[in-house]
Amino acid sequence: MLSARRANLVAGLLILLGLAAPWIISAYELSLLARFLSLAILGMGIVLIWGEGGILSLGQGVFFGLGGYALALHLKLAGLAPGDLPDFMQWSGLTDLPIWWVPFKSSLFATLAVVLVPSVLAAGFSWLVFRNRVGGVYFALITQALALAFATLLISQQAYTGGFNGLTNFSTLYGFDLTSNATANGLYYVTLALVSATFFGLRWLLGSRFGVILRATRDGENRMRFLGYNPAPYKVVAFTIAAMLAGISGALFTLIAGVISPALVGVVPSIEMVIWVAVGGRGALWGAIAGTLLVNFAKDQISSAFPSLWSYALGALFILIVTFMPGGIAGLLPNMLNFPRKPKAASPIEMPDGIEAGSAE
Amino acid sequence: MGETAFLIGQVFNGFSVASLFVLAALGLALSFGLMRVINMAHGEMLMLGGYLAYLTILVVPGPLGILAAMPVAFIGAALVGAVLESTIIHRLSSRPLDTLLATWGVSLILQQAARDMFGPIGVAVNAPNWLNHTMSITSGPLAGLTLPDTRLFILLVTALVLAGLGLILSRTRLGLYVRAVNQDRSTAAAMGVNARRIDLLVFSLGTGVAGMAGVILALLGPVTPSVGQSYIVPAFLVVILGGLGSLVGTTIASIMVGMISAAAEIFVDVSVAQVMILVFVILFLQFRPQGVVAVRSRALEG
Repeated sequence: MLSARRANLVAGLLILLGLAAPWIISAYELSLLARFLSLAILGMGIVLIWGEGGILSLGQGVFFGLGGYALALHLKLAGLAPGDLPDFMQWSGLTDLPIWWVPFKSSLFATLAVVLVPSVLAAGFSWLVFRNRVGGVYFALITQALALAFATLLISQQAYTGGFNGLTNFSTLYGFDLTSNATANGLYYVTLALVSATFFGLRWLLGSRFGVILRATRDGENRMRFLGYNPAPYKVVAFTIAAMLAGISGALFTLIAGVISPALVGVVPSIEMVIWVAVGGRGALWGAIAGTLLVNFAKDQISSAFPSLWSYALGALFILIVTFMPGGIAGLLPNMLNFPRKPKAASPIEMPDGIEAGSAE
Repeated sequence: MGETAFLIGQVFNGFSVASLFVLAALGLALSFGLMRVINMAHGEMLMLGGYLAYLTILVVPGPLGILAAMPVAFIGAALVGAVLESTIIHRLSSRPLDTLLATWGVSLILQQAARDMFGPIGVAVNAPNWLNHTMSITSGPLAGLTLPDTRLFILLVTALVLAGLGLILSRTRLGLYVRAVNQDRSTAAAMGVNARRIDLLVFSLGTGVAGMAGVILALLGPVTPSVGQSYIVPAFLVVILGGLGSLVGTTIASIMVGMISAAAEIFVDVSVAQVMILVFVILFLQFRPQGVVAVRSRALEG
């Protein structure tokens, strides 16, 4: 294993490369890169809860969507003349702005909502579940039901949410013109900065005492209880941080892609988010970034040309990665860029049946 | 239509929705009790049953086609289940969360295969004439109450399946083994029960029942590649509510979930039903985290 200093060096070089990207690749490729990097923030949250905490969430799309919609409400209103209604509300026959839309006229409120709404919902929801020692498979299935309920509600409340088409056609935020090239470059840099901040922030968190307790809970929840710890608060905090990251990721994605819709937040996209991280490696933050970029670029290349092939490929990816390569790409490479763990001997993921992560092939 | 007639009609609807949930969730609950794994491709067993019904009726037209479709769907889905269990699920059974993801991959592949073979729009299975009647009451206090035959048929099939499974579990040697492994796998294995074979048998039995549920779904609407998806998430919640591997628990939980969907249709929107079911499950777990019927405590599960 290389030292933490070496790892920092590599991370620094990659960030430099990221800074230079606007001069290296085309504007279209840059917008794709920005879009997928914004998703990587959510991916790193999945590493925190799934890789480190052993909590599988099949509902991260909900928090992604809450962040995305919170910003989209503001973006919809910001482009309007005073007193006007968003187009889809007029089509649905509304005459007044719904009361809960009104505060989103303020960009500050919307920005706060991007962070706070997913966090508060996640904290309340996960506390209700974890405090009763319901976890594991149960939690995964409940979060999937949450994703289904969220997407169904969004689609059915057409007049308030834009329904199946979601919210799109944004023009301005904080006075910046969202259609200009300069804004696109700026957004890319904001995304890169947030990805880096998330990476280093989570790396610090996972190296802290909190990270140790979280991993210990993953490996032996009952032993933690016997040692006098209550695992529930740690799991709730981890889940809340992951949801907050998903919310930020959703807001950035909405800005960059110019759209948020139920098709991006429901059951299927939520579970696809998990596969990004599974491919990259659930045990490493950089694995989440690599996996997110890799799977999404592959999807972009394959799915438009051969949609049927993509479904088969994705299905096979789920089966093969999980069965034969549970450590993902990060598990295959030597533990180079990962943060140092204590004790050092621990493999990224303990496999109960003795499969060493990454050595299964 | 009288108020009572309407209410009874909705209760009846609730029961027929509940019976579909029972058939979809039984296999999930039984294998979950044994192996602690959830098969995310279970919904596709419903879909498979639906398409098998469609194919059977092409071969055996006429009034008895639907009856012939039942065993065909059962055997077809059970065979696919057996393959799935022995290739993927058995391999991953010590990693329940990974099983979820791998079987989701299977589900994606099966859905796409159905889309490529039968087209994305779906195929229709017409109910035979003897199921096309509607029992309606025209006089008395229940005037206006209508009970379609297909819905009665669903209730009947569910009752038969439940009774059959109940008999197998309580009266046969296989049932004894299943209960033994469910309660304590290692002790049962030490007594000479071949737990591996029990896993495989129960899993196939469960997917077979889901296949039969697919035949019934085909009577209610077109069979599409994603037909299983709309029933499977509530079925997962039924498993959580019902408790581990219990027939009674699963049945009670299905009735609760079925009644909530029926109630949601009366008082609010259909789309809110999903939200109400979810809220109910979370609230229920506050009072009874172990589910309706607890064979074993959940509190110290790995």
